Amino acid sequence: MDALDVSRWQFGITTVYHFILVPLTIGLAPMVAAMQTMWVITGKDSWYRLTKFFGKLFLINFALGVATGIVQEFQFGMNWSEYSRFVGDVFGAPLALEGLVAFFLESTFLGLWIFGWSRLPKLVHLATIWLVAIGVNASAFFIIAANSWMQHPVGAIYNEETGRAELTDIWALLTNNTALAAFPHAVAGAFLTAATFVAGISGWWMVREARRKQAEFAPLSENGLTPQAPLPATGVATLQAPLPATDSRSMFRSAARMSFIVMIVAGGALAITGDIQGKLMFEQQPMKMASAESLCDTETGASFSLLTVGTHNNCESVVHLIAIPGLTSFLAENDFGATVQGVNQLQEQYEQQFGPGNYKPNLFVTYWAFRMMIGLAAGSALLAIAGLWVTRGGRIPDQKWFSWLSLLAIPTPFLANSAGWIFTEMGRQPWVVAPNLSGVDQIRLTVDQGVSDHPVGLVLASLVTFTLLYAALGGVWFFLLRRYVIEGPLDHDAHPHVDPPESEDEEPKQLSFAY
Amino acid sequence: MSLPEFWFFVIAFFFVGYFVLEGFDFGVGMLMPILGRHPDAATGEKRRRAVLNTIGPVWDGNEVWLITAGGALFAAFPEWYATLFSGFYLPLLLILVALILRICAIEWRGKIDDPVWRRRCDIGIGIGSWVPAVLWGVAFANIVRGVAIDENKKVTAGFFDLLNPYALLGGATMALVFALHGAVFIALKTSGDVHEDSVKIAARLSVPAVLVGGAFALWTQLAHGKTWTWLLVAVAAVALLLVVALTAKVREGWAFVFTSVAIVAVVVLLFASLFPNVMPSSTDAAFDLTIANASSSPYTLKVMTWAAAFAAPVVLGYQAWTYWVFRQRISSAQIPDSIGLTVKS
Repeated sequence: MDALDVSRWQFGITTVYHFILVPLTIGLAPMVAAMQTMWVITGKDSWYRLTKFFGKLFLINFALGVATGIVQEFQFGMNWSEYSRFVGDVFGAPLALEGLVAFFLESTFLGLWIFGWSRLPKLVHLATIWLVAIGVNASAFFIIAANSWMQHPVGAIYNEETGRAELTDIWALLTNNTALAAFPHAVAGAFLTAATFVAGISGWWMVREARRKQAEFAPLSENGLTPQAPLPATGVATLQAPLPATDSRSMFRSAARMSFIVMIVAGGALAITGDIQGKLMFEQQPMKMASAESLCDTETGASFSLLTVGTHNNCESVVHLIAIPGLTSFLAENDFGATVQGVNQLQEQYEQQFGPGNYKPNLFVTYWAFRMMIGLAAGSALLAIAGLWVTRGGRIPDQKWFSWLSLLAIPTPFLANSAGWIFTEMGRQPWVVAPNLSGVDQIRLTVDQGVSDHPVGLVLASLVTFTLLYAALGGVWFFLLRRYVIEGPLDHDAHPHVDPPESEDEEPKQLSFAY
Repeated sequence: MSLPEFWFFVIAFFFVGYFVLEGFDFGVGMLMPILGRHPDAATGEKRRRAVLNTIGPVWDGNEVWLITAGGALFAAFPEWYATLFSGFYLPLLLILVALILRICAIEWRGKIDDPVWRRRCDIGIGIGSWVPAVLWGVAFANIVRGVAIDENKKVTAGFFDLLNPYALLGGATMALVFALHGAVFIALKTSGDVHEDSVKIAARLSVPAVLVGGAFALWTQLAHGKTWTWLLVAVAAVALLLVVALTAKVREGWAFVFTSVAIVAVVVLLFASLFPNVMPSSTDAAFDLTIANASSSPYTLKVMTWAAAFAAPVVLGYQAWTYWVFRQRISSAQIPDSIGLTVKS
């Protein structure tokens, strides 16, 4: 491995990792804001508990997302300095705008939200979480605008003298059609992720609560029947009203129903925006889409394969076993009979245009990542449909299978997000800035031209450092989320905090929240 | 003033803001274990939490100054950003690791109510406060001093070349001044025992801060300064001397004003010494990175100027408002019991 490979691995690992945390932040912020809004409107404590419960999970996740985000900004310069020199004039602008417009907003108002529960008037405090939600989504927009420029450079010229790309039209960059398609797609993915997270946890909790209550009441209802679960040590004493903090009917059912709706809307939006994005991609980066299908040679009425064997990178060995006729053509141009260019023909064309070189991405990765991205959406779809059914007409589910489905569905959208990004970034290889086939010819850069000139040992040291650190922190992140999910809503948060009336004595007032 | 020159000042402004604001965050992190020392473990923990909560609502917003400074550097001076970040690879890697540990440690510390857990988080906060403070000092001193840069704008100096006496003095200055800045900030934001002890620590730190910081400012001035920057050296020296006097009289409000002034003066001194270079080359002056040869195109700078002109006042407004909302002093007696969960359910 040379410094290029190691740098690519580092960028891949740190970015995929970062984007496991980020979609949850992007989607969960508005959902928590919606829960708090429901509390403010209805005055029901159950919404307050939900806000507090999911708010805590949001914060645990947010911390690691922020921490790993700084690495993202730094490593363009650290590992990709030649890329940074080439594109900084253009690419730096959306990054700086992100800091200035979005990142200040979300970080400052998150501090106000965490510590402001009894310091700020109710509506002002509600506004802070909405500003956080706006901030994280604005953040996503600027990052996607920057990334979209790497996919489809617009609004820039090539300066012969300096050998760099230069921005000529910021509006063109921000309204790049690639960005306008990718942003709603990524945000819909984030909403699906967060909603599946909330629905999965709520589903699991509903079943858990329902079965616990059954176990408690069973010995009373049918004499002689053994309880389904061992009674708690306190026995009959627990038969009284359950703790309000874990009342699943008012709490988790509401959260789950809200999430199922978000999941269905987000899922529909994903399909529509994905289709738009795919059609654009067929135009802008035909090589990427040909690789998505492992379509070695140009075909008319190209099919979409569901199962393929072979090494992919060797076109002779690729055998499509199960395929839907015409679907790839349809995805490209809404026409089952359309002609789709193959990898080999595009390779020839690129060699003519850009000189000798290998312009094929890793077909195995693009092919399977594309299918994983789409296929994993089934996890959320299944949960949303089953969930709506088992909670219909005020029902609280108690089926063990639903509890399992709830848990198993949670990781699926996370993995789908990762697969989508791995597809779109690996599919752009060997380019780091893909040429815009109808744009400025010289604005293009391959990864080997963009990488910093570091000794391999140095980059390897940082790769190992980040990987070990991220693995350790990922373990803590998971432990904390799991611990807080299992604990459920805290009694401490059962009711909104009310400050005791000012007393005359010297006893200082306790803070409503402190680290 | 040309547009690139204006953006040189904007970059300086963001770093000044970063060091003034995150400076006391770092100082608070450094002093947390010292101020938390108490024979009674529970009291010590309440004291540590009181100290940490002085920056609780604001540290995250303060850190964005760095992210924005980095983004602005990328956008306005791509060559500077590229040369600096690839050339100072190892120190930046260490700063990143330290900042990551600090962010997670601060946010996760209270989530689990367990002494071992808290001790580990405190180590993370300690590393995350000391390491960046020292390394930013080392890095900025080296930028001003000049490192080996070749004709392709690449740094050829190794990590150990960065550890020269001047740069190490820069690291010591940043650490010491931030510790003092943090002590004064804690004094300003607390009442009770923690307040009294932080004033004492501030008084004790103020003298070495004057000596070390003064020596660094003087060295910078003599080796790299311009005539007018003697003014900045004087401002920094007077400000730090005033801090000595003000901490002795327990006037922490004014003391905080003057630690801030001292940091502003020193950071401006560093940037003023650089001007009109952004990274001088110790190999050959012909290879210097300058404001002119490292900057972005006029169009990009114009766009960024408009964006900054609209966004920066708003940001300053709501950040100032945050400090107003949380203006109250806190004492260890006001710290509620931990609501963190136990390790096992």
